[in-house]
Amino acid sequence: MFWHKAYAGTISLPQAATNAVRIDALHDFLWWMSVFFLALITFATLYFAWKYHRSKKGRETAYILGSHTLEAIWTIIPLILMLVIFAWGYRDYLWLRTEPQNPVEINVIGRQWLWNFEYPNGRKTMNEVYVPKGKAVKMIMTSEDVLHSFYVPNFRLKQDVVPGMYTYIAFEATLTGEHPVYCAEYCGTSHSDMLAKLFVLEPKDYDEWLETGKLSAAAKNYIGAAAKGKPDQPKGSAAPTQSLADRGKELFNSKGCFACHTADGTPKVGPTLKGVFGKTEELADGSTVKIDENYIRESLMEPQKRITKGFPPSMPPFKGLLSDEEVNALIAYIKSLK
Amino acid sequence: MATTHEAAHGNHANYLNESKGIWSWMVTLDHKRIGVMYLWTTMIFFTIAGFLALALRLEHWGPTQNIMGADTYNKVFTLHGAIMVFMFIIPSIPAALGNFLLPLMLGTKDVAFPRLNLASYYVFLVGAAMTVGAILFGNSVDTGWTFYTPYSIKSGSSVVLVVMGVFVMGFSSIFTGLNFIATIHKLRAPGMTFHRMPLFIWATYATSILQVLATPVIGITMFLLMMERVLHVGIFDPKLGGDPVLFQHFFWFYSHPAVYIMILPGMGIVSEIIATFSRKPIFGYRAIAYSSLAIAGISFLVWGHHMFTSGQSDFSNFLFSLLTVLVAVPTAIKIFNWTATLYKGSIKLDVPMLYALSFIFLFTIGGLTGLFLAALSVDVHLHDTYFVVAHFHYVMMGGTVIALLGGLHYWWPKMFGRMYPESIGRVGWACVFFGFNLLFLPQFWMGSHGMPRRYYNYPAEFTLSHQISTVGSWLVALGFLIHFASLLWASKYGKKASENPWGAKTLEWTVESPPTLHNFHTMPTVNSFPYEYKPEKV
Repeated sequence: MFWHKAYAGTISLPQAATNAVRIDALHDFLWWMSVFFLALITFATLYFAWKYHRSKKGRETAYILGSHTLEAIWTIIPLILMLVIFAWGYRDYLWLRTEPQNPVEINVIGRQWLWNFEYPNGRKTMNEVYVPKGKAVKMIMTSEDVLHSFYVPNFRLKQDVVPGMYTYIAFEATLTGEHPVYCAEYCGTSHSDMLAKLFVLEPKDYDEWLETGKLSAAAKNYIGAAAKGKPDQPKGSAAPTQSLADRGKELFNSKGCFACHTADGTPKVGPTLKGVFGKTEELADGSTVKIDENYIRESLMEPQKRITKGFPPSMPPFKGLLSDEEVNALIAYIKSLK
Repeated sequence: MATTHEAAHGNHANYLNESKGIWSWMVTLDHKRIGVMYLWTTMIFFTIAGFLALALRLEHWGPTQNIMGADTYNKVFTLHGAIMVFMFIIPSIPAALGNFLLPLMLGTKDVAFPRLNLASYYVFLVGAAMTVGAILFGNSVDTGWTFYTPYSIKSGSSVVLVVMGVFVMGFSSIFTGLNFIATIHKLRAPGMTFHRMPLFIWATYATSILQVLATPVIGITMFLLMMERVLHVGIFDPKLGGDPVLFQHFFWFYSHPAVYIMILPGMGIVSEIIATFSRKPIFGYRAIAYSSLAIAGISFLVWGHHMFTSGQSDFSNFLFSLLTVLVAVPTAIKIFNWTATLYKGSIKLDVPMLYALSFIFLFTIGGLTGLFLAALSVDVHLHDTYFVVAHFHYVMMGGTVIALLGGLHYWWPKMFGRMYPESIGRVGWACVFFGFNLLFLPQFWMGSHGMPRRYYNYPAEFTLSHQISTVGSWLVALGFLIHFASLLWASKYGKKASENPWGAKTLEWTVESPPTLHNFHTMPTVNSFPYEYKPEKV
């Protein structure tokens, strides 16, 4: 495809997200630095082996025990290079780990051996995920069974997907089209078949898809779906009946959460859930916690672990009583209580 | 100095023939015989795991099924890794060559605790038997050699028995380490100060410290994993409130230092060979000696670099990345010092030296590609791809195995009293060296282009690279076959070796080849640094 020619660095993969450009720059630097040092060492070794070979007669071997100057040079130069490599890698890592403001959020659940995706409006897909180009996207991921890892080579992004906790990746896609997704953490028999396709769509095509579940004719063309006779609806796709937050609200009522928590800002037996997401809360033991997906999940599963200051430790654990999807819906509901 | 009356008449008793029969070997307390027993045992495991690797490579000739199913493939790569790591690389150089050489190089008649030494061999055999038993009589194991939870808790394979085997083999490693530390501290010949010890001893010393301090952690980890599977304790299983990532911390807290248990002895061998075949004092002896200890020290603090994408905190990643790049500094010092040793020497390119120079080349590639993985942002892309596979094979095989082959050719005359055939050895070297690069260079390319590791089926665009890699594996296998045949032939029919065929300066070359039971007839006295090669006319 055309973009193969557009970039000819040391990784000749499409650069399909803003992050890829940064990672490739450091990869290029490391590559050329490695070539230089390997050439240096190899040349010195071969040259000495030839020049001072035992067959070269009429000379005397030298008695050299070492040289502090030389040793200092080849301690300090590598040390400086190492610190540069570290700082460069850390800078870009922090950049890619920074959570964007108001991203498009997509919930991901890894299962042996498939990927489930769920959008805030309740749309679900399996092994196919659609994202808008040029917008911040955050994927909030967990696993139902063993470790998996969500890997998009064209984005140079990878994150392990861990049962019992949330991990995330955040990115901004820059190249429309189809990009492969691999499971990169060994997960059993069909590990190598745990594949997905990530489609980057123009924002208006994305909005249309999210609403209707159908791809516009233009989108079909640029993602190559038209040529492959791809059906309108991805397999495993279900039309949304209610948004994720609405489903969470239903659960909030049906599971009896309202008995202790309100959604309007008044504390009851437990703290209110209004406006708490993203806040930093003080705990009974004096420490603090940022209320994020992981903390809410923990508070559902093992509520006694970290109790908000001023409230009794009376909430029962919901471990085994809520599915991963239900937890995602409850989190979406709490997020919606602004 | 050590020539005896019997030796002069070519009729001397040595450690190989002073007593006969299999029983005399099974109950021997002689460090040389125990070393040789370890050598044969680890070589058998190396051969088995090597055949498994050939099968994996053959399976990858095409992108889908070729010679085995997915479950078999998963078991084969797990066993390849587990056998290579626990039953070959970890015991090979320290327990085989180390056992044979340590007392000879220190100028003593045996290790500090000969009975413990024999016990460590049998403990190793028991652990190995459990693992082999799980393969032959159980359901084998399909978790990867890393046994990551929660897959290893759920897997239907014989995880408990294999893990028990690893647990038991760990004790063997601890015994050997303790024994060597005591020997180095207490049994050096008069005059052999720490700064007159050969660099192989320094490397073995650093290795032993790691074995004693790190191995208990894998023991505990394996024990907890057994508890988790059998009693459902809930330490690692998220369904029971455990933390699967905690297992990775425990596992790598041992297994990262274990990487240095594997490579440091190889660095020791290379230091010996380069000095001998350059006829020059090693450049910067103290820097090489201390850098082994520095590497051993830092190695305890970098385990988290295996977990940059595991979900551990960004702050942990910051620390582990910083500490990891620091390992490169002592490693670079060694590489430069070895290269500088060649300058104005009198270089002879016999098989041991060919391997030592290959080590420098291959290990440099292994080290430099390690930097790609230490840099946080780039590792996010490369982690768990073939790039990692290629990287650690350049270190473990291009480093340790290459050094071991050099060491075997170098000390074979001492161990068995006979020279290997030089020209055949060089043919074997060429097959191994070129085959190795053909095997693993394409894997760097595949990894940086997104080929995940442990993939049974793979995207068709990688077919050609996989095929090149597979052809390389055949060339390497041919090289090993040539070496094994030539060394085995030489141990019986090779040209008789003198005491010191290479003109080396360390103490093992002052005794007969092969040595007598008690090594030295009179206690040697040491009054110089081990690489005292005075200027000489070429």
